[in-house]
This record gives sequence, structure tokens and C-alpha cells, in this order.
Amino acid sequence: MNSVDLNIPLSRLSLVFVFAAMAVYTIAFLIFVWNLSQASSTKKAERAKATQSEKWGFGFFATAAAIHAAGVVMRGISAGRVPWANMYEFSISGSFIVVFIYLLSIRVRDIRVIAAFVNGFVLLVLGSATTLFYVQVKTLMPALQSYWLVIHVTVAVLATAFFNIAAALSVAYLLRGSDWVANSKLKAIAIVRRVLSVFPKEQQLERLQNRFNSIGLLLWSFTLIAGAIWAERAWHRFWGWDTKEVWTFIIWTLYAGYFHATTTRGWTGKRAAWLSLVGFSAVIFNFTIVNLFFKGLHVYSGLK
Amino acid sequence: MASSQRSSDLTPESSDRTESPEIGVVGWLRWIWRQLTSMRTALLLLLLLAIAAVPGSIYPQRSADPNGVTSFFQGNPQLARVLDALQLFDVYSSSWFSAIYILLFVSLIGCVIPRTLVHYRALRSEPVALPTRLQRFPGYRKITSDASGKHVLAKGEAALRAKGFRVIVRAGSISAEKGYLRETGNLMFHVALIGVLITAGIGGGLSYNGQRVLVEGETFVDNLSSYDSFNPGVFFKESQLKPYAVTLNKFEAIFDLKNPTNIGTPLDFRAHVTTRTTPDAAPQRSLIRVNEPLQAPGANVYLTGNGYAPVLTFRDPDGQVSFSGPVEFLPQDANYTSLGVVKLPDAKTQFGVLAFFYPTKQQLKTGAFTSSFPGLVDPLLSMNIYVGNLGLNDGSPQNVFQLQVHGLKKVAGPKAPNKAVQLVVGQTKKLPAGLGSVTFDGIKRYASLDVAYNPTEGWVLFFALLALASLATSLSVPRRRVWIRKFEGGFEVAALARNDDPNLDSLVDEIVQSITPKKSSRKATK
Repeated sequence: MNSVDLNIPLSRLSLVFVFAAMAVYTIAFLIFVWNLSQASSTKKAERAKATQSEKWGFGFFATAAAIHAAGVVMRGISAGRVPWANMYEFSISGSFIVVFIYLLSIRVRDIRVIAAFVNGFVLLVLGSATTLFYVQVKTLMPALQSYWLVIHVTVAVLATAFFNIAAALSVAYLLRGSDWVANSKLKAIAIVRRVLSVFPKEQQLERLQNRFNSIGLLLWSFTLIAGAIWAERAWHRFWGWDTKEVWTFIIWTLYAGYFHATTTRGWTGKRAAWLSLVGFSAVIFNFTIVNLFFKGLHVYSGLK
Repeated sequence: MASSQRSSDLTPESSDRTESPEIGVVGWLRWIWRQLTSMRTALLLLLLLAIAAVPGSIYPQRSADPNGVTSFFQGNPQLARVLDALQLFDVYSSSWFSAIYILLFVSLIGCVIPRTLVHYRALRSEPVALPTRLQRFPGYRKITSDASGKHVLAKGEAALRAKGFRVIVRAGSISAEKGYLRETGNLMFHVALIGVLITAGIGGGLSYNGQRVLVEGETFVDNLSSYDSFNPGVFFKESQLKPYAVTLNKFEAIFDLKNPTNIGTPLDFRAHVTTRTTPDAAPQRSLIRVNEPLQAPGANVYLTGNGYAPVLTFRDPDGQVSFSGPVEFLPQDANYTSLGVVKLPDAKTQFGVLAFFYPTKQQLKTGAFTSSFPGLVDPLLSMNIYVGNLGLNDGSPQNVFQLQVHGLKKVAGPKAPNKAVQLVVGQTKKLPAGLGSVTFDGIKRYASLDVAYNPTEGWVLFFALLALASLATSLSVPRRRVWIRKFEGGFEVAALARNDDPNLDSLVDEIVQSITPKKSSRKATK
């Protein structure tokens, strides 16, 4: 391309929308937490109110998601390209995809109880994006000018979203199955215990975690292959152990290990759930530490 | 997983318990083999592989970042020697990393072969016989019905066949099974991974890649001596190189000057080239861009970098030209503040030049210069000059981008008797210490080109996609068993799934429904 017109006022408006979405997400988050406390209450009258507060929670959550979506779309329009070319953009788009996948998923499987977790995570991501990762709107550097940016990164974001929801389910599963939580006499733990009683049974949580991780692993495998095809076009080799490639490989291997564990005697259940969490930690590590501090070819954070 | 399911599991891990002590050498070998091919060992090797890959992202690797390794050695020589002894600069070709993945693949092969045989037999054998107690299975219904045995079995068989089950009708009962594709996918996935490893390995041996920096106007002919650096695979033969020629006519670098948030961001890099596939072929014009390599005979040519090459002429005091031509400068930052080296072994007094090039000069408060834009708005060249023996006469190879200043006397530049020699395009200046003069004739651009050939890429991709498709199959196809038993005054249906299968109950309901359609005439108990 010879010249580009960036719409800078629109990119500022986009940021306003992202902040507005954060405000509404915060309200939704507080309602979800309140809802969990109601649902786990010992009083029947309190528990009865939980259905209503959950509706309100999802109402605010969906509203926040809509504002969030508008912010993401505006950022894309202001740059004249897909809105995921640096860490800030990847964070706002990725967290929206997490919300989107989650809202779709609750129509298929009842995973409403992890709403507070998903909501909290998205808030955390948006908070980091606006404070730590923010960069002004820029054009794509020549290395990123490829339709593979759309394919490779979209699928990576989707995979991350599925891994994220699975990790939430793993945490719930481990807490539910923990003897320590079940037997502790601490008051705070008693509250945790009551909240957990609202969650689906362990077996159900395990199955859901499995489902989400399996879709995540398939998408991640596709990300890896698409990345290799792109690397062949851009860097002359499909695999060269660049730091980002190394971590993509590590994450793939960890989740492959997770599925191996689910069919290995002595490794099913808790150990597998721990592997699911280790896998997701690697995903987060790859996105934060590797992006910011490791040297490599994938230097697209846009931060100095 | 319920114990009933595990007993029918096809994994060979049931054999990994320890044997009695008197087993002899063959017995020991067999024991080691069983340990190696057990599911648990495979899992541990897999996790070990993930951990072993980590250091390669922490320390610079010779394969991906050779300059990083060099500077690590310079900065911390003692630690570097220790790390090097542990092969931490070559993690992915190290003996320990190789050992892990070779063991993993041996374990994988040792697991896949017996499983394939078991699966093959399962495919050919009939669905498993009716268990005695059906009540213990998750999907269980007991139906009171006055339908005849013949009716129940005929309807049940039809319903199951319509759903793609393999069905066997025995006296008063039905056994049915489906989802063999799950295990087929699982096995295919592992075979495809072996395919990826083998094809990638062969490709590594046959492949080559080479780098060449080409200044505008220069021509590159594909033979070994034309490359600045060259990395052949173990099976590479020089005859693989075809004598095609690539001339860089013009290099365009377009930087944004319009959008305030985006000033200086590269919009496009374009290498306009003329190629000849053979020495007497007609020349063809084409364009190489990042992400758009040139397809040359037997290899692809990629654009991987670019920079400025100021054209300089050095003359001795008597007017004799000691150097003339473009000098490739390495960009140091996003605004192309660039560093270049000229060595003049043929000058009357031997000297070397360490020069900075600023495409758009800007003076900092300290007096030093920097570049504020990567395009050529207000270019300036600033040279530090060192006199002394350059060490080029003994024939030992030197990095053309580095000047070993140790042992040389600095005659111009900061902390030297004379100020750095600063030139704009077209200027000629006298050099200090009677070294003659220098002329800044003009500015050319250069392109860094990578030539790469790998014949098995297509095969690696094929096996990778096969692995993906197989994995999708094995993770999504449910494996199910269904049994129907007729008894006096009713019948029982039971179903069992190998893995997470939330639709199992509805499957059983559908089967019951197709045997006794009218809801009123039956009573189900769970």
C-alpha cells in the first residue's frame, strides 16, 4: 500500500466505549458475586431471589458485551483493518471473543455458574489492555500484511477463549473435589463451600472441562498449522523455533498431555485438571511475558 | 470413568504391572519395553518434552538468533561456556532434547502397533455379548410392555441400524456398537504425527537456505560463492543450485508521513527485480514483497530485510582511489539510524571507518545526532576514523559489519583529536591525519534476500492436516454400546459410552420410543 488514512477521532471514541464496557462489566460482576452469595445462602427466601439477580447479572453482562463489541469494531474501522495487530487490540478483541463464546455456550451447556469468573477475567484483561498495553492506532507493518493475520490470529483467539472457560471449570472442579475445602473449619472456607454447592457436580464439571479443552486443542492445532504456513511465506521456513513458536509448541504439548492424562490410569480427575490449569497458565505466559520480554520474530506488542 | 469401562479400554496399560523376579534377559527387555510403551511413560515423556523446550526460549539459539549467541558469549563468557557445554544454545538439536522425542516416538510406535491390531480385530468381531446385569449401566430403562419378543427385537434392530450401529441379534437379546471411528481417528492421529516427524526430518536433510544482501543495481547468481551465508542440509549437493540470476533494479520503502499516530511506520517494502531463469533466458520483471516471495527455479526468494547503502569514494592524498562503492549499513532502530564499516587496507596509510547514517538527522540536546524518520528527508553521514593495522593481511575471515578497534588509533570522532567527519550527499571532505579525502556520492538501498528450498514442506503439511482431522474425529465421535434384552412382560435397554456423552439418555429414550411408540402402553423405570 502507498498511503492509508487512519481515523484517529474514531479510535479515541473506541477507547471511550471500551472504558464504558468496563464500567458495565463491573456492575455485572458485582451482581454475579451477589447472586452466588444468594444462591449459596442457607435461607430459602434468599435462594429464591437468586434467579432474579442472575437475570439482572446477565442483562448487564450482555449490555457490556454489546458496548465492548462496538469498541472493538470502531478500533478496526479506525485502522482500516482487523483489530488485532498489537497487544492492546488482541486483548480487547480476545476478551470480547471469550464473552461471545461464553454467551453462546450457555445456550448449549449450562455453565451459568462460572459467569463471575469469566466476567472477572475479562475485566482483568481489559484493565491491563487500557493501562499497560495501550498504543495509538497504527497501520500494519509489512510482515503482518497478509490474510493469514485474519485466519491465524482469529483461531488463536478462539482457542484461548475455549481454554479460558475450561480453566474456570477446572478451578471449580478442583475446589469441589478438594478434601481441604470440604473439611476446613475456617469460616471463609465455609462460605467457599456453600458457593461451591451451587456448582454442578464434579463429574459434570470434569466433562465440561473436557469438552471445552478438546475444542480449544483442535483450534490451537489449527493455529499452529496456520502459523507454520504463514511463517513459510514470510520467513522462508515453516518452523524455526522462534520464541513464540516454542511456546505454541509447549502449550500444544501440555494440552496433548492433558488429553493423554484423561485416559491414563492414575492421571484422570484431579491431575488432569491440574494439567488443564498448567496449560492455561502457559497460554497466559505466552501472551504476556513472552510478548513483552522475550526476544523473537513475533514482536508485535507495539510497546517500547 | 467407571471400572466397567476401564476393563474394556483398549489401552495396553493393563500389562504395565511388575512381573515376577525370575524373568531373565528377555524378560527384562520385555519389561523395559512394556514400561516404555505404557500410557504413563508416554505422558511423562510428553510433559518432559514441554519442559525441555522452555530453555530454548530463554537463551538465544544458534539456529534462530546466531548474533544473540555471539553477544551472550561476549557479555558473559564463563556462563556461556557452561551453557554451551549443556547444549543450551542448540536446545532443539541437543542430545537430551532429541533423546526425549525419540523415546516418545518409540513409545508411541510401541503403543500404536498393538492398538492397531486390537482395533483391527475389534472391527472384524461382533459387538460384545450381553452382560448379565444391565442395571449397572448409566443409560438403563426397564419397560413393561406386552409386545412380542419378535416385535421388540425387530424394531430395536431397525432403530439401531438406522443410527449406524453395528448390530447382532442373539436369542432374546441385541448387542450393538458404534463409534469405531473414534479409535481409528486416535490411531491415525498418532500415525500422522510420526509422518510429520519423518517428513520434517527428511526435509531438513534435503533443504538449504542462504542469505544475500543485494544493493540496487547488483545481480545475484545462484551459486555457492554468491551467498553471504549458507546453511545446507546434510544431503545437500551443490548441483541442486540452478544458475538463475536476480537483479535488484530498485528498492522502494514507503513510510507513513500523513497520519499523526503513525509517522514513520513502514507501509510497504517492494523489491523490483529482473530475473533470468537460465543464463540465456529472456529477462522477466517481478516484485518481491514481505509475505510474497519470488518463485525461482528450485527455490523461493524472500525479502527479509532492507537498509541504506551510502555510496562512498575514498582517495589517497595523491588522488588515487582506494575505495569506491556502496557500503551496506545496518539499521539500529525503527528510524533507521544505521551503522556501517569501511575498511581501507589498500590506502596509503591503512585505516578503518566506523560510520553512522541518519536518513533524517535530528540533533539531540547532548549534541549527538539521531534519526527522527526512516525515510530520506535530511540525510547525514558521520564518520569516526581509526588508523592502524586492520589485520586483514593474514587472510583470516572477518565480519564485514564489525571493526575491531582494539589496537587502532582513533583520529576522528568523539574523544579523538579531530571531530567526526560529517557529510551530506554530494559533499567531499578532507580526512584528518593526511589520510586523503572522502566523497559522499549518493545513497542506494539494499534488500536482504533469503533463498530457501525445502522439498517436503507439502508432505509435512499433509500429515499435519491429517493429524488435525484425525484428532477432531477421535475427540468428537462418541463410542457407544447398546444392549436390549427381552423378558417376560417387557424389555430392558442399556447403553454405555466410552467418554463424555450427555446425549446417551436421549439415545436410549429414542430407542425405547421406536420399540413401543405409544407412551401410554408402557411404564419405564430407571
